[in-house]
Amino acid sequence: MDLDHDAIPPDVPDEDRRFFLKQSMFFAGLSMAPADFLQAALAPDDGPVGNAVKVKLSLTVNGKRRRISIDPRMTLLDLLRENMGLTGTKKGCDFGQCGACTVHVDGRRTLSCLTFAVMQHGAKVTTIEGLSDGEKLHPLQEAFIKHDGFQCGYCTPGQVMSGVACIREGHAGSADEVREYMSGNLCRCGAYPNIVDAILEVKKEGTKV
Amino acid sequence: MKPFQYLRPKTIAEAISMAADYPEAQYIAGGTNLVDLMKRGIASPSKLIDINHLPLKKIEHRYDRLRIGALALNSDVAKNKSVLSRQPLLAQALLAGASGQLRNMATVGGNLLQRTRCSYFYDLALPCNKRKPGSGCGAEAGVNRTHAIFFAGNGFGGNEKSSCIAVHPSDMCVALTALDTEVVINGTSGERRVPFKDFHRLSTLQPELDTNLQPGELVTAIEVTDNAFAQHSHYLKVRDRASYAFALVSVAAALQMDGGRIWDARMALGGVAHKPWRYWAIDLMLRGQAPSEKLFREVAEHEMQSAKATTQNAFKIKLTSNAIVAALKAATGIS
Repeated sequence: MDLDHDAIPPDVPDEDRRFFLKQSMFFAGLSMAPADFLQAALAPDDGPVGNAVKVKLSLTVNGKRRRISIDPRMTLLDLLRENMGLTGTKKGCDFGQCGACTVHVDGRRTLSCLTFAVMQHGAKVTTIEGLSDGEKLHPLQEAFIKHDGFQCGYCTPGQVMSGVACIREGHAGSADEVREYMSGNLCRCGAYPNIVDAILEVKKEGTKV
Repeated sequence: MKPFQYLRPKTIAEAISMAADYPEAQYIAGGTNLVDLMKRGIASPSKLIDINHLPLKKIEHRYDRLRIGALALNSDVAKNKSVLSRQPLLAQALLAGASGQLRNMATVGGNLLQRTRCSYFYDLALPCNKRKPGSGCGAEAGVNRTHAIFFAGNGFGGNEKSSCIAVHPSDMCVALTALDTEVVINGTSGERRVPFKDFHRLSTLQPELDTNLQPGELVTAIEVTDNAFAQHSHYLKVRDRASYAFALVSVAAALQMDGGRIWDARMALGGVAHKPWRYWAIDLMLRGQAPSEKLFREVAEHEMQSAKATTQNAFKIKLTSNAIVAALKAATGIS
């Protein structure tokens, strides 16, 4: 099997293995079934939905190389959350309108809900979980806490990932510029002024982000 | 979402042959519009051809033109030095659209092919001639505040309403319509070039078709011919919020000036028609004239004579007129 077991923590379901087991059980069942059941089970429209085709994918998530076999319909967001257990990246609208699912792909901020995971074959993905240095928070995470840059916190991972990119891109020169370049991240609690303050402070301090 | 087969061609020829064999195949690049449409069941390709690995990302100036590969990202085009110095109008329009994240994903070719954001097109429970030809237009007597005010036939004695009143959503395409742009297209029979004005369609007959691209054809580049507009161009976008919203109205103005007079003028309007709307007569009206607010007001009102409001968007006629005046003032630097 084409799977890098060392790279996948034990709490992450092993997709290939699970698929193999399902298939084995299906065929085990068939061998004991009467002939008419066998015929019905093999009718073209009766197969397991969505498992017809799987594609192999290799990508690096937060510095770890992952090899996995998935349904091509799976978005990068669902792969991170449902398959890899990285639930820090949030599903807000799931249609590219809110920014809650923002991650970095090859260093660029990206909406993980609007890209199929298979399209990121070979890419390097960084999520909110990969931003801090172990227990040591990223300077922008510290600044969000200091400036109270959130209320319910749901948009925060996306805001932080987008804010880091905004500083790296050189678009955090003024409050107006931050507001413009952060406009793809919505906060329904309305913590915007504090988010802007947090980003401006990190930019002003000149800390490497 | 319906299952699809995922394909990843390595060459342009391979991609084109994959699409030619399967009419229900679709190319995918950034995915910022197509993934959205597939999730909602509006698009359901049987095969998805991922073209992201094709060599179409280059931005270069050759001879008398700027050539931008179809896979160049919107964010890369907007900060490219050649684009900023030679075609600043294009960079302005790109930065007025979408968000930092979306511009990092969306490509130039995909921007050309994005579909309208009309809410009736997006709602499977409601009629829409674009999504389901012949089902009717929900917007005509419905919620049409953001819809078109220019239609096919206007200016030619017609004024007949088309069967789709949706507007084209792109900012980039408005700038490209004002400039001299060609779309480079590859297909099974080789390469062809289409002037930008002929790439998108008005909605008269078949509103389900946004462009004149033939099935299986692939946009490989756009080419913008050099011009003398860099010092006097302006993209003005008017929207319901300060950022990250589609245009209610947008204006791309490109002028050439010398000795305090206008010697060449181009203009295109966004958010007002089924495709970016070129204001063809503006060059004749402005050529040889000195810029003034009075002149710009006359020019704006001239074009708006052929505009026609639907039930909720009469405000757009005045708004467009004012936006034209403001864009011309900004482009010429008068206050």
